[in-house]
Amino acid sequence: MSSGAPTTFNIQIGDELTWNVGPLLHEIRHALQELTDSGKTGIIDLRSIPLAPGEEDKIIEALGEGEVQARIDALGPSEICETRYPGVWLVTHYNEEREIIGRFIEITDMPEILRSQADEIRQSSARLADYLERPGDNPATSEENAS
Amino acid sequence: MKDRPGAKDMTLGAALRARGVSRRSFLKFCAATTSMMALSPAMIPRVAQALEQARRPSVIWLSFQECTGCTESLTRSYAPTVESLIFDAISLDYHHTLQAASGHAAEAARVAAMEENKGKYLLIVDGSIPLDNPGYSTIAGISNLDMLQTTAAGAAAVIAIGTCASYGGIPHANPNPTGAVSVSDIIKDKPIINVPGCPPIPVVITGVLTHFLTFGSIPELDDLGRPLAFFGKSIHDRCYRRPFYDKGLFAETFDDEGAKKGWCLYKLGCKGPTTYNACATTKWNNGTSFPIESGHPCLGCSEPDFWDGGGFYRSISMPTSDISRTVVYTAAAAAAVGAAAGAASRYKKKASKTAHTKVGVDDLEK
Repeated sequence: MSSGAPTTFNIQIGDELTWNVGPLLHEIRHALQELTDSGKTGIIDLRSIPLAPGEEDKIIEALGEGEVQARIDALGPSEICETRYPGVWLVTHYNEEREIIGRFIEITDMPEILRSQADEIRQSSARLADYLERPGDNPATSEENAS
Repeated sequence: MKDRPGAKDMTLGAALRARGVSRRSFLKFCAATTSMMALSPAMIPRVAQALEQARRPSVIWLSFQECTGCTESLTRSYAPTVESLIFDAISLDYHHTLQAASGHAAEAARVAAMEENKGKYLLIVDGSIPLDNPGYSTIAGISNLDMLQTTAAGAAAVIAIGTCASYGGIPHANPNPTGAVSVSDIIKDKPIINVPGCPPIPVVITGVLTHFLTFGSIPELDDLGRPLAFFGKSIHDRCYRRPFYDKGLFAETFDDEGAKKGWCLYKLGCKGPTTYNACATTKWNNGTSFPIESGHPCLGCSEPDFWDGGGFYRSISMPTSDISRTVVYTAAAAAAVGAAAGAASRYKKKASKTAHTKVGVDDLEK
């Protein structure tokens, strides 16, 4: 490592080093088949699988981007993207520093975290009722007063 | 570390709602936590249900002969939001480095937490305990040994954080001038979870804490008292450079062509085959990389006596004889031997240390 041309390190090649890219895509295919046949959903934690640098990107590239891209703001952002294969979703959770804290491939018609949650639907009904009961603080009351 | 009145009696779900954490945020927390605990993602709903109902345990953290690296690791833990929720999920009643109280007030807090939560609190220990002379390490005039025995007596379980607390670690290294021992050398009547590493991976620390919080029990352990979820596989088994090992492609020096191409670091002293930890999948610095990915061999820091293993840059299989010859043998045998070689190496390493003899790959193939 003396003077001269800078040394180029090439450990980022991601050249199928672990050979886990293909099997994982097959696992997704099987999970899709199961979703079709029995409605059973599946989820794969990408952090639990040994992947060489660049291999996770290869998986994501292979799955591509579909029609839906959603963003959730809850304890930091989360990105939920349907891949080019409907039923296969890429869910990435970030913390508030934009660091990835979890990345999952979900095989489902709708990732659970996208749905409005039952508890909160009940609470939102009560909250909206409260709002509407407050005179002068909502458009409905204001309209009545104006007329 | 002071709670609002009644805060300790709240379930975690109620405490989070009181803080304005939405259900969706809670689900995200559970997804990250399940991943952190190395559980199947299919467990996320069960984890959510358990955490919703979990009550905050009192935690007493004792630091003995240590460098504070374990606490540094935890407080630099990834995902500040998730980590803060973990901390909200426990009542950390005593920790030298993190608590505001000092002197008599700090000791009074420890005694009060022990009395209030007798039989239910979690005791976390980092650092080894000197037995040669109690004066080598004291806190408020109390020897480490006395404090450990007194505090462990009322604990539900003990978590030994770091290699020092788990196996004696660096203070225990030859010639062990303080007579340092591990927690399990002293405490025999309580469940002990060893979370070794120098330091341990932060998410492994929080993962073990969260497991206790979620399931109210200790996780399944290996023969060295480590949670199998994190320590069940060797670094070698899960290393992305493993295919190079199987093909017999090794870096010979830190700047040769093999090193540049990312080949296996076995001949540069990598202890991956004899080291059980989650570095290769969980990784460090928010999942960025781990030592081998940065081009450095694994030091084996989560194994007992790693400091006395014969040199960080000497191959585990061939400390003294012709390394190039034997590694070729290893490579040839690797595909067939696979994970068994790691187990065999570990056994031989232990045997070698006992007998003060060196082990070669030839020995592994016998």
